[in-house]
Amino acid sequence: MAIEVRIPTILRNLTGDAKVVEGSGATIGELFADLDRRYPGIEERLVEDGKLRRFVNVYLNDEDVRFVGGLEAKLKDGDDVTVLPAVAGGNH
Amino acid sequence: MLRIDRSIYDKIVAHARRDHPDEACGIVAGPEGTDRPERFVEMTNAERSPTFYRFDSLEQLKVWREMDDRDEEPVVIYHSHTATEAYPSRTDVSYASEPGAHYVIVSTREPDTVEFRSYRIIDGQITEEPVEITEAREAR
Repeated sequence: MAIEVRIPTILRNLTGDAKVVEGSGATIGELFADLDRRYPGIEERLVEDGKLRRFVNVYLNDEDVRFVGGLEAKLKDGDDVTVLPAVAGGNH
Repeated sequence: MLRIDRSIYDKIVAHARRDHPDEACGIVAGPEGTDRPERFVEMTNAERSPTFYRFDSLEQLKVWREMDDRDEEPVVIYHSHTATEAYPSRTDVSYASEPGAHYVIVSTREPDTVEFRSYRIIDGQITEEPVEITEAREAR
């Protein structure tokens, strides 16, 4: 089961500069664990204490995965996943 | 150095003034690799806060896909500070995730004075850079 994952610029040092990689898994969490086997270090940039990192946005097709189960969100063949760093800041 | 067209500079300042006292945010996209900020895109501050901003996540996906389709990148990422100087806060530095972007901060603390400053933020290091405002080019 192949899932396409789009990788943001800031994480491409972990994927040998690849913009799109393939992985597999029944859930987003399993997909990230699978990617980590080939791209060591990527999982900890996305996951913290068993949850999606607060300032990382992960999209399953057109949905923000936070609204469809987070790391438990179910995947099916042909889904695509996009990772984008949140753009955030402020004056405190 | 950031070179930016007067018309885009004015749009960024106008957006910051309009959303005051909340922080305003957005990007200026440009063709990949050119460092030319050409397409102004105002973003929604999902936090609607005077001290914090965060792009709305679904709007960000839409805008990032558009840039992908057009072979563009975010040349400028801007936001406003509404009560403090136009200098990156610790929060700004810790979430800066586009090493290729010019981070522009506009302060709206003074109603009559524009503070518009630009920075590179790479691996936690802030480097301020000059801003050159260019006058409108001939219509193409």
